[in-house]
Amino acid sequence: MPSKLKFGVVVFPGSNCDYDTYFVLEKIFNQDVKFIWHKDRSVGDVDVVILPGGFSYGDYLRPGAIARFSPIMEDIIRFANRGGKVLGICNGFQVLVEAGLLPGALLRNSSLRFVCKYVYVRVENNDTFFTSLCDEGEVLKLPIAHGDGNYYVDDETLKKLIDNNQIVFRYCDRYGNVTEESNPNGSIYNIAGVINEEGNVLGMMPHPERCSEPVLGCTDGAKIFNSLIHSLLFTEEFFK
Amino acid sequence: MSYKAQVESVKSMRELAIELGLTSEEYDRIIELIGREPTFEELGMFSVMWSEHCSYKNSIAVLKTLPRSGGRLLVSAGEENAGLVDIGDGLAVAFKIESHNHPSAIEPYQGAATGVGGILRDIFTMGARPIAILDSLRFGDLTEPRVKYLFNGVVRGIADYGNSFGCPTVAGEVYFDKSYTQNPLVNAMAVGIVKHDEIVRAVAKGKGNPVLIVGSSTGRDGIHGATFASEEISEESESKRPSVQVGDPFTEKLLLEATLEAIKTGYVVGIQDMGAAGITCSTSEMSARGKSGMAIDLDLVPVREKGMSAYEILLSESQERMLMVVKKGFEDKIIEIFKKWDLNAVVIGYVTDDGMLKIKKDGKLVVDIPADSLVVGGGAPVYYREAKEPEYLTEVRKINPYEIPKPDDLNEAFLKLISSPNIASKEWVYQQYDTMVGTNTVVLPGGDAAVIRIKGTNKAISVKTDCNARYVYLNPYRGAMIAVAESARNVVCTGAEPVAITNCLNFGNPYKPEIFWQFKEAVRGMGDACRFFNTPVTGGNVSFYNESPDGAVYPTPVIGMLGIIDDLKYITTANFKSPGDLIVLLGRNTDEIGGSEYLARIYNKVLGDAPGIDLDLEKRVQRTCLDGIRLGLIKSAHDVSDGGIAVALAECCMIDKENLLGCEVELKDDIRPDFLLFGEGQSRIIVTVEEGNLKKFEEICFKNEIPYAVIGVVSEGKRIKINDWIDLEIEKVADLYYNAIRRIMEVI
Repeated sequence: MPSKLKFGVVVFPGSNCDYDTYFVLEKIFNQDVKFIWHKDRSVGDVDVVILPGGFSYGDYLRPGAIARFSPIMEDIIRFANRGGKVLGICNGFQVLVEAGLLPGALLRNSSLRFVCKYVYVRVENNDTFFTSLCDEGEVLKLPIAHGDGNYYVDDETLKKLIDNNQIVFRYCDRYGNVTEESNPNGSIYNIAGVINEEGNVLGMMPHPERCSEPVLGCTDGAKIFNSLIHSLLFTEEFFK
Repeated sequence: MSYKAQVESVKSMRELAIELGLTSEEYDRIIELIGREPTFEELGMFSVMWSEHCSYKNSIAVLKTLPRSGGRLLVSAGEENAGLVDIGDGLAVAFKIESHNHPSAIEPYQGAATGVGGILRDIFTMGARPIAILDSLRFGDLTEPRVKYLFNGVVRGIADYGNSFGCPTVAGEVYFDKSYTQNPLVNAMAVGIVKHDEIVRAVAKGKGNPVLIVGSSTGRDGIHGATFASEEISEESESKRPSVQVGDPFTEKLLLEATLEAIKTGYVVGIQDMGAAGITCSTSEMSARGKSGMAIDLDLVPVREKGMSAYEILLSESQERMLMVVKKGFEDKIIEIFKKWDLNAVVIGYVTDDGMLKIKKDGKLVVDIPADSLVVGGGAPVYYREAKEPEYLTEVRKINPYEIPKPDDLNEAFLKLISSPNIASKEWVYQQYDTMVGTNTVVLPGGDAAVIRIKGTNKAISVKTDCNARYVYLNPYRGAMIAVAESARNVVCTGAEPVAITNCLNFGNPYKPEIFWQFKEAVRGMGDACRFFNTPVTGGNVSFYNESPDGAVYPTPVIGMLGIIDDLKYITTANFKSPGDLIVLLGRNTDEIGGSEYLARIYNKVLGDAPGIDLDLEKRVQRTCLDGIRLGLIKSAHDVSDGGIAVALAECCMIDKENLLGCEVELKDDIRPDFLLFGEGQSRIIVTVEEGNLKKFEEICFKNEIPYAVIGVVSEGKRIKINDWIDLEIEKVADLYYNAIRRIMEVI
């Protein structure tokens, strides 16, 4: 039985959470990790691809808009279409949306300011590879750090996301109430994370890699990585 | 007018020299040093290198009195791009603070952004990966529209640069006072970590080694930025806007990764950042340090536009560039790495051994001077200015504080203080900064100092900037001493041993004897305190001419303190932890009210003398706090500073915003109530201990022979109560504290 997953962390020029993500996977969760250079043409032999946070290409033009044209993206799309697990965190989420792997768009925060702080999100869907160890409705405390996290979809798509249970996280208060005050960026329906219809590509604005160790004061992020590791290492699909 | 037109319009090189900010005597000195009249290009180089900003000509003699080596220092101050402190485990911390005041005064966003960019480059050119940014900021009265504009622009500039670059901005300070209305102060500090065997020096060595320019292309921006920074701000300053550089954090991030990758090859001999005075400064300083020389061909420098003259290329302050000396024969390896990161790396010359800077353009030798003639410690002039005690000091100290009427309502006075932008939470500022990237920030902004863990070790560092300029204005010697003591106290409260400082000395025009006196006295105070605490000065920056027609800024010698926490379990925070814990005051309350925020905010007066400081007591109070932390007895520790003990207690109740606590405190000192509550007497720390540990903790207080008092208890109830003077709902206090600045900056 394999005891470790193979993670690939994509490095775009301007990625700045690549080391952080690598660090938690290797040192905290004891997984195999490698960096995937954006100019590469293949993700190689990996179980999970993570698109980390940062400012790929300086966020010039629009966050993620240039990175989606990086050579590696073609193979990431192939990987995703084959059912490979892809997690986009913050800027990674923005890239996934720009690449069309996830619906919607991430607009400028409604405050028009960058915001970095801890927020609460409610787990709306725990039937995913990324949240399998969470309870439905569980409140997680996770940090955000972005200027463009204002998730937007049109009404029709929103309805589809709701109907398909694709909304994984919604901003809420510490007690789990989804309120306007608890929405840090103006996202429609307080959406903090969405998954694709097939359930293998997740994008989220909060940073689980920043809160997976006790020394950093919060470990709720570990639930996401542990869910992924647990569900992939212990599903039959993995052994096929 | 272009510089070429300028040169044609003046009659002689001497006149041009004066126009460029040099004196006639300095022009004579140039002739004496090089044995002839300088060329146009050479004159440009002398004018920037001998500007106050680059040469420290009016400050260096005084700075040399500071303790600049010893302790854990790996290099002496001023030797390298930044200071280096050994932290064990084969690691060193590189850190430095620098000002970007003048650019920020006229173009706040880019001024502040490039300030951050410049200081980050100083850190990673040494081979260190930046792990924290701090910012010490000063603005005028926040109700003025232009001040809001400056404040907003500076914060955005810092945020956009640091966030994109990917280094957390973790601490700092923001003060508002009308002396800074025309001259905001923007001091940026960066901290990095480097393995001892990967430290790179800013030196050019080895005859024949290639010299590379790496990073961005060279444009026409920032020409004479250093000269501009060496003048007072005036109405004409607006026309100097083109002297402000434009930052590109994305390129800088690539430059960081490429540079660290290049250093790992072992082929890099030396690197220097191109900040002020660009190619001029880096070629001359690296050559002078290596006692070598350089031959440079400017036609090889990648430029942004056609037709740039030698003069423009030499003086451009385009950002995100560095000068690198590489082992001969391995330049291709280095170029390949930079290419991978889509960056320029071009050989523009080679190292020589004759001490000369020989610079060609269009096949013509335009510069041929000894490198040494340009730099500090070499040909650059050194002055010792006249100093005279300013008359305002006798004026401000005349007052008898007891003549100040007592306030009718102490609750009201307290709420007014809590919502003063100087005291209120700076959350509006630091929420715009990425404070967590790097996943090392253990103690986030809002407490006494930021704590950054060092991956791969069980250690952390604690960092803080500090300066109460009002104290320095009222008493430069003592005020500077307090800045050192308080920053040390701050890092001690987090569980750290203070080890070294960097400083940024912001003053007015040094040619005014009163200003120079402030400078001299402040440096004397800083030196005495640093010697006492054994925290040598690793380097820093002097910024003079922070002066406008309305006058000079308060003398503001900002201290950037570095502390080391030997074990992660010692990390301590300022907020009260649990109801029932006893609140103990270390140190002694005094009736000192001079220079306080209370006088400034409630009575609109900056009067009296700075609080007294007994360094020996200070040290013993700090020692007690550290001993208590290390023995696991102290649950929270917070320094008493601006706003006095009342504000400090409130902060302890509120710093953990989600878990507000109350307190019941009884102060028994026989001191006028408002002075007791709001006085800013030094050497005080509020700690909490569990009741069962009090005896053990008291023993530590006895051992260190410090005055202390159990003044109250952390309460279940959500009220802050101090004697029968203050009794308020903590939620109401917290609302004012957290939203005061937001309410001024954003209409809500």
